[in-house]
Amino acid sequence: MILHAIFFYLFAGVTVASAAMVIASRNPVHSVLFLILAFVNAAGLFVLMGAEFLAMILIVVYVGAVAVLFLFVVMMLDVDFSELRRGVLTYLPVGGLVGAVLLAELLIIVGAWAIGPEVGKAITAPIPPSTAIPNTQALGLVLYTRYVYFFQAAGIILLVAMIGAIVLTLQHKPHVRRQIIADQVARTKASAIEIVKVKVGQGLS
Amino acid sequence: MIIGLGHYLSVAAIVFTLGVLGIFLNRKNVIIILMSIELILLSVNINLVAFSTFLGDIVGQVYALIVLTVAAAEAAIGLAILVAYFRNRGSIAVEDINLMKG
Repeated sequence: MILHAIFFYLFAGVTVASAAMVIASRNPVHSVLFLILAFVNAAGLFVLMGAEFLAMILIVVYVGAVAVLFLFVVMMLDVDFSELRRGVLTYLPVGGLVGAVLLAELLIIVGAWAIGPEVGKAITAPIPPSTAIPNTQALGLVLYTRYVYFFQAAGIILLVAMIGAIVLTLQHKPHVRRQIIADQVARTKASAIEIVKVKVGQGLS
Repeated sequence: MIIGLGHYLSVAAIVFTLGVLGIFLNRKNVIIILMSIELILLSVNINLVAFSTFLGDIVGQVYALIVLTVAAAEAAIGLAILVAYFRNRGSIAVEDINLMKG
């Protein structure tokens, strides 16, 4: 139990600190790297809570895909980021006040949170003991049966996002000659070749 | 020292506040704003998984998975819009995005 507490404070502390560095860092590349650190430590929190599958998905999806996407975009855009940092301090008083009020309200709410005795009756899919069924299998047993439509909808969302991203960023350069398959297929023997009778000794003029 | 539901919810609350604060403070850099949105969605995921664990109901993890999907799709579309905008205007400052003045 003491080990659980130690790891909780380790993961939680690094998560919060790197989340703070994401918004405070001057260099956007550093921000992306701190975002990766925050997600990895949040995955550690998930493991502590027993959601191993989500923890691994968080690392694969975020560190493997989204963070690298962010890095690509940050490095690809030729922007003077130091110029973009100007004016941060002008918003600090108002932003700090709003943030402090929001944090205080949230902590007041969640600090006194207790699960009511009636809630236990409303559980739809109880978590089986981890010695009997591992977390991944338990999640799959629910996800592919009762929530299969949600699963399909998630797939459609990803498909639409992929097509949308391609459509938004693909650009055809006008001077590049491209293959037009319809024109190639539409060629006939008459339009493609010509037989020329050449008289002896004259050559083609 | 027992780590309960309140601890995890407090971490999620702090991360959520930091995300909102990032949107407030970085009024010029769209990339930081997108990362702040990722932080907010991460805190939502921490909340969902914490409730799932401490209630003993696995449905919360299913919803966390779907939130994760939407977050990934949002990041892809947001960055694609950002790249397209940068090609057209040569800038990603939020203050320049005022073509449709309300």
